[in-house]
Amino acid sequence: MAKVDWPAADKRALIGKRISRADGPVKATGAAKYSYDVNRPGLLYAKLVWSPYARAEVVSVDTGPAAALPGVKAVWKDDTLIGKEVNFAGQILAAVAAQTEEIAAEAARRVKVEYKPLEHQVRDDDPALSQGNPDKREDGNVDDALAKAEVVVNGRYSIPVIAHCCLEPHGQVTEIRDGELYVWPSTQNVSGYADRSLAEATEIPQNKIHVDCQYMGGGFGSKFGVDKWGTIGAALSKQTGRPVKLMLDRDLELMIAGNRPSAHAAVKVGASKDGTLTAIDAEIWGTAGMGGTLPRDFPYIFTKIPNNRRVVKRIQAHRGSARAWRAPNHPQLCFLTMSALADMAAGLKMDELEFFLKNLQFVDPKMGGGRAPEVYAEELRIAADLIGYKQKAHPRGDPSSGPIKRGLGMALHTWGGQGHASECDVTISPDGSVEAKLGSQDLGTGARTCVGIVVAETLGLPLNGVKVEIGKNDYPKSGGSGGSTTIGGVSVSSRQAATAVLNELLAKVAPRLGVEPDALEARAGEIRVTADPGKKISWKEACATLGVMPVTKRGVNTPGESLNAGLISQGVGGVQMADVAVDIETGIVTINEMVAVQDCGLIIDLKTAESQVYGALIMGITYALFEEAVYDPKTGRMLNADMEFYRLAGIKDVGKLKVHMMTGKGYDDRGVIGLGEPPVISPGAAIANAVANAIGVRAPHLPLTPDRVLAVLQKGGATA
Amino acid sequence: MKSFEYAAPSTLKEATALLSDKWGETEILAGGTDLVTSLKQYLTTPSRIVSLRNISELKGIQTAGKAVRIGATTTLGELAGDKAVKEHFPALVTAAEGVGSPQLLSVGTTGGDLCQRSRCWYFRNGFGLFGKEGSTSLVREGDNRYHAIFGNDGEALFVSPSSLGPALIALDATLVVVGPKEKKRKIAAAEFFQTPKTASERETALKPNEILAEIEIPLRGLKNATYEVRHRHGLDWPYATASVAFEIKGGMASNARVVLGQVAPVPWSAVGAAKTLSGAKIDAALAAKCGEAASQGAKPLSKNGYKIQLVKAAVKRAVTAAAAA
Repeated sequence: MAKVDWPAADKRALIGKRISRADGPVKATGAAKYSYDVNRPGLLYAKLVWSPYARAEVVSVDTGPAAALPGVKAVWKDDTLIGKEVNFAGQILAAVAAQTEEIAAEAARRVKVEYKPLEHQVRDDDPALSQGNPDKREDGNVDDALAKAEVVVNGRYSIPVIAHCCLEPHGQVTEIRDGELYVWPSTQNVSGYADRSLAEATEIPQNKIHVDCQYMGGGFGSKFGVDKWGTIGAALSKQTGRPVKLMLDRDLELMIAGNRPSAHAAVKVGASKDGTLTAIDAEIWGTAGMGGTLPRDFPYIFTKIPNNRRVVKRIQAHRGSARAWRAPNHPQLCFLTMSALADMAAGLKMDELEFFLKNLQFVDPKMGGGRAPEVYAEELRIAADLIGYKQKAHPRGDPSSGPIKRGLGMALHTWGGQGHASECDVTISPDGSVEAKLGSQDLGTGARTCVGIVVAETLGLPLNGVKVEIGKNDYPKSGGSGGSTTIGGVSVSSRQAATAVLNELLAKVAPRLGVEPDALEARAGEIRVTADPGKKISWKEACATLGVMPVTKRGVNTPGESLNAGLISQGVGGVQMADVAVDIETGIVTINEMVAVQDCGLIIDLKTAESQVYGALIMGITYALFEEAVYDPKTGRMLNADMEFYRLAGIKDVGKLKVHMMTGKGYDDRGVIGLGEPPVISPGAAIANAVANAIGVRAPHLPLTPDRVLAVLQKGGATA
Repeated sequence: MKSFEYAAPSTLKEATALLSDKWGETEILAGGTDLVTSLKQYLTTPSRIVSLRNISELKGIQTAGKAVRIGATTTLGELAGDKAVKEHFPALVTAAEGVGSPQLLSVGTTGGDLCQRSRCWYFRNGFGLFGKEGSTSLVREGDNRYHAIFGNDGEALFVSPSSLGPALIALDATLVVVGPKEKKRKIAAAEFFQTPKTASERETALKPNEILAEIEIPLRGLKNATYEVRHRHGLDWPYATASVAFEIKGGMASNARVVLGQVAPVPWSAVGAAKTLSGAKIDAALAAKCGEAASQGAKPLSKNGYKIQLVKAAVKRAVTAAAAA
């Protein structure tokens, strides 16, 4: 394997610059085909039959009336569920495939399912509903420390279950040809998608399953697996011998294809009068539906508060299961911790920024506390400058007259982001064309562009001199895109492959220039002698020395080795501040401005990195102000499984967004680190703190809708 | 959706002849933004759909004599952009623009806004117009945060979703409907919206074989405005709205109307609130008093008490805006 490093700052032609994403134009014009857009000759459309009950016994499933409808080509039912229980609304029982989507929908309604409804439980707001032993951890003596604390603040907070709400829902097109299965899924996991469940559903071996996902419309942690709809689609293709498109309708997408666990908490914080934290205690409860992990690592970031305790109580609810939601459990833990700490700052009548700076002493990277305190301190100061903290800050409760109250709030976050295992092939052809190939995927993050940048940088070419092929499992294997692991993985494997193939080329070219290969460099479309740049040949001429055969080399990212070599690393810190306006006559919260300050090691493409942060701010504003999966205790149904009452922010709702990426010494030299998760962690906490600062009272439950804001104002907040 | 026959006649006479006299057997298609969703949700399964798209007499806005006449298939975007409407009826412009989404403004129609079905989430999830399971009102016992605080003594607890209705009532508009054999009926906007007594009735005075053809708004020089309390600025429903209209003579208000939206099964005329404005000089204190009066008599359900405050704010702001217009 070629030994590689990252070019020094003064040698970077592309890395770290602001470069537009290579596939921007095809996405903007609609030329890019997403999985949902794939239409194959003879395509059939599949629709699913699902339980309207949160819990019921399935007595029988009769697909006969559906099969009898003209245009229906196949029906499928889940025999394993007959006589058994379904335990969330939306659980899939049967499917139909038909010539048109409309016929399929009508046929799905004609499948007769006999249910025996059973008692269900969908609530998550009461710890008494929890099951099993609470998960308890205590450092120090919390009761004693709280009893001795000079100031104690109590709070009750909650952040609800929300969905992933991917713009492109889950699903795939499947086709069987000549005994091989072709799948076009919307997936975050191209290389790992074709698993055994798919092989078993079709009796086609895994090595004859071909996956293709060129463009996909969002996953956020919810699109790693084949899922039940994947095996059903493949089974319907097998039954009919025809391609089948099975994409979830929006209602099912919201009910069963995602969910971020909720977190309710009662928190006590103790501090001395000078503002030093002495204790923190939380009872946390919530639901991950029928399965999944609840937030538990409390306190967040400030892990070294001397006396800390948390008790987590799990409520199993008859709802769809949780899936990893961008930075799993961090947004909830950040919201609970930062809200409680800001309430303590208010209790102390201390400036919030000063309070957070003072207590950075309790941030310890060795104890899961994120980045070093001095990094957060620097980021807090930058964020404060960018938002105009000095000019705008006021103690809790905007003293100005009139119904519009303004406030500032902040939060801190962290994430790992170490690169995953990845392999990449880079090929140079004798005509000078270059291709990089890897079984990775681009979720909209810019991964495709970043691979191109690394290869082009390495070979001294412009970005459009490199063709990047991703999205197929026939290509060299690369990890799934989860946990902010992609950029570290693909940048190293592509750097290695490009370096290896360049070394091969330099060995051929060296005799022509009368030097040893290591005396050469590839820059600006030329191969030249490093010490004597006038001695050179063009890239095209150089490649002609390859003769007739293209040269291909493989690069491999082995995370442990790359970590040791300093090519990648992990652990980032970020700070966000929010400036909000609250109309205290209507309870409407408006975002004036959000500032995000973020580090992520060596940045490959500054523009797509900033775009990640902008996108995360929008997603964060959305869950702070609008998002909530509303479940009806009586019927057990999700009442807002649509995009009407499951609200997402639009462009007019997000205010002004400012992003500052930390670069230069102390940052670039850490190697490449992922960025997908971290910037979505803080917005809920920062916005909630800003609202409390504006109106003088804590609105403790997200999302911050008018009913919730007015409820706390009526108990005593700001007055006009 | 269930298969249906599609007809797109070019005259009202042909169109009404194609309509059944029973609800649900046929449906009228204008912009389709509500109907298509309702078909997909199987809330209606008509055997025939009659499109109004080819009926030219339903299109356009005209000022004739002392009234502005708006064809029912005039899009919300055309309505909000019309010169006469902008000059005389800012209450209507705000309400139309409030619909928010460029797609809906381009396709949704004025008549469609008035005839659209309830957005109650129990209704849309298949529990009937009243949101019931057996004899239990799911709305009353369940999540009613978006439901009615007025006019909710009976079984109908949903809110009228019409954006234009409150403004049209405040402006004293008349709706012209055409039935079989071109039989015309005029209905006051205030009478057009009706609270259904049974879940199989609809939410307006239209008969199944009648088509809403035109909206007539008299030109009376009323000062008017709408205020919508909305959270999201794009496509979304407001939480509560108020449309007001009044005359100012010698600095004093008269002939006032205050109509609330999103708070009752029909646009809700706040008669007491209108009275507070009569014969008085409009200032901030009176606007607030009017808002207080508008909230009187509200009977919130378990989760929608916050709408009382929204009514106060919306009315106060609409009165202030109208006076300044």
